[in-house]
Amino acid sequence: MSTNDRIDALSPGTFMLDGEEIDFGPGESILEAATRTGHYIPHLCWHPEFGAKGSCRLCTVRINGRIGAACTVQAASGQEVQNNTDELNALRKTLLQMIFIEGNHFCPSCEKSGNCRLQATAYDIGMEGPHFEEFYPERRVDASHPDLLLDLNRCILCSLCVRASHDVDRKDVFAIGGHGIHTHLLINSPNGLMADSALQASDRAANVCPVGAILHKRVGFATPIGKRKFDTLAVSEQVEETKP
Amino acid sequence: MNRLPGPFDALLTRHGNAPHRLVQILREIQAQQSWLSPDTLSAVASGLGLPLAHVEGVAGFYRFFCGQPVGQYRVLFSDNVTDRMGGSEEMMRHLRHLLKLEPNKMRADGRVSVSSTSCTGLCDQGPAALINHHHIVTRLTPGRIEHMAALIERQVPPSEWPAEWSRVDDQIRLANVKLGTQPAPGAGIAAALARGPQGMLDDLKRSKLRGRGGAGYATGTKWQLCRNARSATHYVVCNADEGEPGTFKDRVLLTSYADTVFEGMTIAGFVVGARKGLVYLRGEYRYLLDALQAVIERRRSQGLLGTSIQGQVGFDFDIEIHVGAGAYVCGEESALIESLEGKRGTPRIRPPFPVERGYLNEPTTVNNVETFCAVTHIAVHTGAWWASIGTPQSTGTKIHSVSGDCERPGLYEYPFGTRIGRILEDCGARDTQAVQVGGPSGVCISAMEFGRRIGFEDVPTAGAFMVFDRTRDMFEVALNFAQFFAHESCGFCTPCRVGTELVVRRMDKLKRGYGSSEDVQVLYELDKLMHGSTHCGLGAAACNPLRDTIAKFRPAYEQHMKSLHFAPGFDMDAELSQARLATGRDDSGAHLETLA
Repeated sequence: MSTNDRIDALSPGTFMLDGEEIDFGPGESILEAATRTGHYIPHLCWHPEFGAKGSCRLCTVRINGRIGAACTVQAASGQEVQNNTDELNALRKTLLQMIFIEGNHFCPSCEKSGNCRLQATAYDIGMEGPHFEEFYPERRVDASHPDLLLDLNRCILCSLCVRASHDVDRKDVFAIGGHGIHTHLLINSPNGLMADSALQASDRAANVCPVGAILHKRVGFATPIGKRKFDTLAVSEQVEETKP
Repeated sequence: MNRLPGPFDALLTRHGNAPHRLVQILREIQAQQSWLSPDTLSAVASGLGLPLAHVEGVAGFYRFFCGQPVGQYRVLFSDNVTDRMGGSEEMMRHLRHLLKLEPNKMRADGRVSVSSTSCTGLCDQGPAALINHHHIVTRLTPGRIEHMAALIERQVPPSEWPAEWSRVDDQIRLANVKLGTQPAPGAGIAAALARGPQGMLDDLKRSKLRGRGGAGYATGTKWQLCRNARSATHYVVCNADEGEPGTFKDRVLLTSYADTVFEGMTIAGFVVGARKGLVYLRGEYRYLLDALQAVIERRRSQGLLGTSIQGQVGFDFDIEIHVGAGAYVCGEESALIESLEGKRGTPRIRPPFPVERGYLNEPTTVNNVETFCAVTHIAVHTGAWWASIGTPQSTGTKIHSVSGDCERPGLYEYPFGTRIGRILEDCGARDTQAVQVGGPSGVCISAMEFGRRIGFEDVPTAGAFMVFDRTRDMFEVALNFAQFFAHESCGFCTPCRVGTELVVRRMDKLKRGYGSSEDVQVLYELDKLMHGSTHCGLGAAACNPLRDTIAKFRPAYEQHMKSLHFAPGFDMDAELSQARLATGRDDSGAHLETLA
């Protein structure tokens, strides 16, 4: 770290993303600047409304030749960022396969299919199979809540619900527990059940899950399969709207 | 909201009901109650005004916190490869057999449970065990195991077990500067005071001292950045979370040279403008806590800690000890700070670096135990003197924790630039096949490379030096390290959380005899992936031992393969056993190998 890096990071400028010039504002990360200017860098644990987490590592890019997560690296003038390359997409495919095999992701039976960012990203990157042996972990399903269903088989530990509940809802309904391969999502309630938590269907935390882990009851097939968000347009063609 | 009085109110009050004391609070409660029940966690959450899930998340992160009853006696066998080489696995099985225990389960009468834990830092006098996260048993033998089982059955408290069992020797075999004659307490501080903060810092830069924890960052630069960071409050943190398997030099420095360590911290406080120092003592070294606190107390009475140190008005500095709870990743400085703040020990996103925003978001310098020792010697003897030792890029000396196949395990201190072969000769290693320098995250050195030298420019090290002779199976060594990383992964990022587990599964497959060269190829690919894409250095280093052993000891892997070509991950003939049972057949035509 040098003092100069910080001064750069705090002033606006431009960097190169796959040969294209990108403007960035003070303090913006590479992923924030790219998204705001309509450029797609694959990601799962990042969301334009919430701060960087750096845990899924899908947004891994090369910055001046060095590997880094685009969500955690601040944009700086003169950076040469490689994003859509064979090397990085192969790495992302392996990361996606890892996420698939550590949980229980059966797309055909999941009502999130077509609206799921994990599924859409895997299609987009050309993942055709799990490659690794599947872990088939035993995970909990919590149907106790009147309006919401929690299926931890599909949780990818992006912690977006944790952050939404803390930052927006101010309820701290979710937390991360355990360690290593046994890391898991926790519910803040005396018995660990969602029904006894403060979570409501209208909470931001109940509407931010990128996969089918937190679902609203009774609306699963309101939009038929085939007409859903990612059925019609690839995830890479739908860069999130960001607030100016 | 009014709260009913809780069972831990006195304890929580003593910690100022501060959420950042959570790890210390949980540790103290568990020491009283042997495990952390749901009611306990609720009471703590309510007392500190924290969400219950947050407290559960912190409790579930640390390996020493138990969310299930573990019994009146919790026996944890140290599971470093050197412990295994000393027969620890067989002794653990034997103890379970004697106590009629199932693996990782408490006995029905609530008496005892027996598990394993990551290296306890007693590799030169192992195999070792940790009882109730506090008492140490060194030099385990089948005899001690039988005696231990009897003591547990008779409910003799560990404090009344034979004193000889908990004897921990320094075993200093070769002393140079840091393990040699120590400056009188206060001599280093006096020298620093005479130079002034910037003068001391300039001299430290002249010494070209680099961090002894492994990364080798220039200590002078780190202190300068911390000193420059604008804030009314700065912190000095001593990283005594010596978790790298095979490393035990900090244990000895804290046992016999604590004055030199604390003096280095005090000099750091003087230089960066901190009034408070924190020692992060790994949970495995809990047994050192009382003695360390006595040293701190004595130094206060000597005017070497507290207010107006050595009569210098305005120079106030004091030291507090935090005890960890079993998490290797907390050796990473930003994870260590998270843990000091009572959170899950997950490494932070950097920048900002701790020197800018560290403990409680204030500028913090985190340095290794051995680094602080070096600082004290530099203060007394000057930076030019230090720079004259070692090599131009790696100045001074390095302490090596030598264990494994050698006649004289223990501590050896050499100037940087020392040949690996020289260390092997000095410790009485014979017929050596390999040395793991710097622990599992370091480098595996084969016999061809014994001419290489210790130093940041050739073979860097955090201090471990594990010796393997030609009777050892290097595949078993790599398997032990792979299991270590999977056990210690914090679970935060995908490549480390899943990758370390995948590595262990592939290695287990090889061990079971179902591996093929395809599996070795997958291991190689996982190494490549994890090296670039993880959130912190733990994941990045997790495949180092694999890469080295695959490259240098490939036959060790090949002897575990049925075929160098494809082999399935299961026993095809065994899969047919159900069909044989159903059809009542067991003739030659019902077995694959005899099928005509």
